[in-house]
Amino acid sequence: MTTYRTIIGLEVHVQLLTKTKLFCGCSTTFGLPPNSATCPVCCGLPGTLPVMSRRAFQLALQAAVALNCSIASFTKWDRKNYYYPDLPKNYQISQYDLPFSSEGSLEIETSAGTRRIGIIRAHLEEDAGKMLHDEYAAASDSLVDLNRTGTPLLEIVSKPEIETPEEAKAYIEELRLLLRELGVSDCEMQEGSLRCDANINLHVPLRGIRFQSCDEPGAITRLESYATNAAFIATPIIEVKNLNTIRGVERALKYEAERQAKELQDNLDAGVWHIDGSRTSVFRDYQVSPITRRKSDGTLGPVSKATAGWDERTGRTEIQRRKEEASDYRYLPEPDLLPVTVDEATLQRVRAQLGELPAAQRVRLQAQYALTANDAGVLSRQGRAFVAYFEAVVKPCGDAKEACNWTLNDLLSTLNERKLDISACPLPPENLGELIREIKATGLNKQRAREVYGRMLDGLTAKEAIDKLGFKVVADEGQLLDLVRRAIAANPKAVADFKKGKVKAADAIKGFVMRETKGMAKTEVVQELLMRELQNTPG
Amino acid sequence: MSLSADEVRLVADLARLELSDADVADMATQLSAIVDYINQLQRVNTDGVEPLAHALDLRDVFRDDVLGQSLSADAALANAPARKGDFYRVPPVFGE
Amino acid sequence: MTDLTATELLQKQAAGDLTAASITSAFLNRIRQYDPALRAFLHVEEAAALQHAEAIDAKRKAGQPLGKLAGLPIAVKDVLCTKGRRTTAGSKILQNFVPPYDAHVITRLKDADAILIGKTNMDEFAMGSSTENSAYQVTHNPWALDRTPGGSSGGSAAAVAASQTSLAIGTDTGGSIRQPAAFCGIVGMKPSYGRVSRFGLIAYGSSLDQIGPLAHDLRDAALLLEVIAGHDPRDSTCVNMPVPEYTKMLDQPIKPLTIGVPVEFLPSPSGSGAGGEGAGLDPEIETAIRAALNVYESLGATIKPISLPHSPYAIAVYYLVATAEASSNLARYDGVHFGQRAEKFAGLIDMVKKSRGAGFGTEVKRRIMLGTYALSSGYIDAYYLKALKVRRLIRQDFDRAFAECDVVIGPTAPTPAFKIGEKTADPLAMYLSDIYTISANLAGIPGISIPCGFTKAGLPIGLQILGAPFTEEKLLRVARMHERETDWHKRRPPLE
Repeated sequence: MTTYRTIIGLEVHVQLLTKTKLFCGCSTTFGLPPNSATCPVCCGLPGTLPVMSRRAFQLALQAAVALNCSIASFTKWDRKNYYYPDLPKNYQISQYDLPFSSEGSLEIETSAGTRRIGIIRAHLEEDAGKMLHDEYAAASDSLVDLNRTGTPLLEIVSKPEIETPEEAKAYIEELRLLLRELGVSDCEMQEGSLRCDANINLHVPLRGIRFQSCDEPGAITRLESYATNAAFIATPIIEVKNLNTIRGVERALKYEAERQAKELQDNLDAGVWHIDGSRTSVFRDYQVSPITRRKSDGTLGPVSKATAGWDERTGRTEIQRRKEEASDYRYLPEPDLLPVTVDEATLQRVRAQLGELPAAQRVRLQAQYALTANDAGVLSRQGRAFVAYFEAVVKPCGDAKEACNWTLNDLLSTLNERKLDISACPLPPENLGELIREIKATGLNKQRAREVYGRMLDGLTAKEAIDKLGFKVVADEGQLLDLVRRAIAANPKAVADFKKGKVKAADAIKGFVMRETKGMAKTEVVQELLMRELQNTPG
Repeated sequence: MSLSADEVRLVADLARLELSDADVADMATQLSAIVDYINQLQRVNTDGVEPLAHALDLRDVFRDDVLGQSLSADAALANAPARKGDFYRVPPVFGE
Repeated sequence: MTDLTATELLQKQAAGDLTAASITSAFLNRIRQYDPALRAFLHVEEAAALQHAEAIDAKRKAGQPLGKLAGLPIAVKDVLCTKGRRTTAGSKILQNFVPPYDAHVITRLKDADAILIGKTNMDEFAMGSSTENSAYQVTHNPWALDRTPGGSSGGSAAAVAASQTSLAIGTDTGGSIRQPAAFCGIVGMKPSYGRVSRFGLIAYGSSLDQIGPLAHDLRDAALLLEVIAGHDPRDSTCVNMPVPEYTKMLDQPIKPLTIGVPVEFLPSPSGSGAGGEGAGLDPEIETAIRAALNVYESLGATIKPISLPHSPYAIAVYYLVATAEASSNLARYDGVHFGQRAEKFAGLIDMVKKSRGAGFGTEVKRRIMLGTYALSSGYIDAYYLKALKVRRLIRQDFDRAFAECDVVIGPTAPTPAFKIGEKTADPLAMYLSDIYTISANLAGIPGISIPCGFTKAGLPIGLQILGAPFTEEKLLRVARMHERETDWHKRRPPLE
């Protein structure tokens, strides 16, 4: 059995949170009536010229710095020439050979731990408009809405260092968190303000070599007979488009990896594909050979890259076209825009303004509050304001674990139910901290504590709510001992069962005590007294 | 150096220009002559010379993120060769 | 009256001798009378112009403040967008295009109370040197109707020369203001790149295009430049630099004055060392240029032979840089969002190809092809990027020249106006007629062409003066030194 390694590189486009488009003053608001947010500039009318948005460049710069990218001191814009009706100039203003940032990284948390995914580059470009196709009536015309044309986009290209669909999902989630925290983008996938394409292929070891990190099911079982002198083979790269949800990213890549494994085996078996061990390229620390096929002229040539669309409905990727040759975009320097320079002082200012980023925050939360990696991760994912709230809860009570539980469970549900942002939270964090302190001091049980919490949402402090509800925890051993003894006397059957070894039977006796105290008996004390008394009760 | 008819057709495809066979033949002759003339540039030593894309030394020109006036859909579509409602209408993109 | 300069017409209005309406009517009459033969105008704004003129007169009567060009009709090359008015760039593909906005220069002209009398003919998308590449009509040279007025701003130049207007706007990507000015015996100036906003100028070669004035004399040209120059935040490449009052200092000579004469433009009198492209220079033009240099010498100027060693490569560089930019700039004419769409087609790609195939003329297609080729994979390094490198060397030649000279002087064009049809079959020969003007666009420097004589056959000759970036004022003053000593600019073509 041979296992394979999945090699994934993600190309993410995010819309920057500007009021206006990259090169003109039209609104970037989502969902406006068709062609109501355009002007001569973004319609590409003859004679119009672009002028770069300062805000867009600043946001892009912030994002790139947060992604640990090197920032170029000199950057320029280029025209990428291709014809499509959603691109009224028939060229896209983008960046080619001198992007403003390159060589960054993003740390992600997966079930296997922390991984650092390299970023090749991030660059600033303009978005295209939207096409409406009637897919069921191929003959009918397509419609074009240019509202989105010219919206600023940050394109972030990862290195092919993502190795599982789960990591791909984690990468997108982490990127979304980071960019939302910075206010760079709202990253709403369903509104298209975060869009993702994935390049994926498989590296399959031959001659008994195994990837240590690889634990995927090996769909490929009979490669030995095709082994030439190649050590590893690479399946043709597929660019999967149309990944509109985070779950879709994971599902599509999982499907596509398995499809490629099967396709490889089938095509080798059928003699359609061949392994060309004479060609190799270096990937990280090993050499891979391509898959070849016989071309129309009879010679063997590498199978070219192809594009596939992900169909969320069928859960399948559909190969759309094989690219026989690379598109010729005829890049040229954009003569209508001037280069932009970034000096060290600007960079320092940007760095200083970033604040604490999620990856660093997770490390700190674990160190400072002794939280688990999971708790730190979940907290961090709620955003900076939420983490600040959490920290303000810890302050008066000193119990980070409880603060974490209360904020992530009860508080988060309240916010979700009421569709509130943490900034509009009706409960001041100090009050929640006080509640935790009261619980610890008095031994108030969870059920009662939740009732208290409920009243606190109406503006009461923990103490006020407890008073109002008339909750007074009974912790007095004398008083409780008396109650426990009455409970034992009143439940002979339960006592008998307990003595026979049914430990659960003690709950019924405990229930009697709780009822008698209206739930206000301190649980730990009751438990301790009950066990002692039961021991002393003759069977 | 001369451009073949096939090369001319390839360039015409890239440029989305329909050319008749006669156009292609003319274009091949004329472009070949022009390219021959242009090839004199290869005589110039440009080692270490940076390309000059802008004659101006200007840098860092920006606009503020301030809303401007957009056109109404009707004004935007006034020059459209074909429209449907408030959309530009084009032949189907699928099936190409 | 129509033979007067713009400045004279302003004075006569101020003195109450003429009204904007009478001036406008006179020019409209002149257009009606001579344009059937000249074909300088694509659209004439009879009614709108007259109405505007009356409004200006009313304003004057009411004592309201008036702009610098108040009541002066002006013709504008049909490559500048005019809101609500057809703008074609001389192309069939834009035959019904009505811009929803005004070009920056049009706004400046309106703010100065100038009267737009019409839009002038041009080579399609400003690609040409003879105005024969217009999709609509061929413009004739007022000095010899069987000759071209030059191009691509041939309509504007012919209109001024024929006194159909006293002022006109042209655009210059490789000489398209200066060469027609020379062919038509008037003044034409290409300002420094970045001096005038290109917003609303239908682009040909974006890093080379510049808008400038055409006029009978330097005072009028200076006045018009004063109005159109200056910062516009809608054009990133338009500099934020104060505009001098060019008319104010115009009569002040530059002293001392060192004039560089490139051996590549004008062979040395002894015939030695010269050669280069200067060898193609018409002897009558050479004589006129030498006479102009003598005028400057008599005024105390130092004439210094210099070399612009890379200028012989300027045409090759230009036809790569301009066409590469054009291939991208003109991609938007696809029949999708605006412009002409083919009537019959099979699918989207075919629609685009047919619309472009039918909508563009031969020269435009040729340049799009050349530019596409120069940018395509496998050729971009050898052609486009190589050209940009030589472009830098050309700029450096000028930097060196202006370190030791105030201005560089030579002929505007190697020949006088050529015959209609003479060069249409040979694109390369046509391109070579821009040999002296093209370098200024590549380097981004200002250049002006002024009348400096006539051939025996009565065809005008132009003298070109080039300056360092943003030295328009110096250029105008140097040109004016020559104009004061001569009367070539006072001649008008014998149109009858």
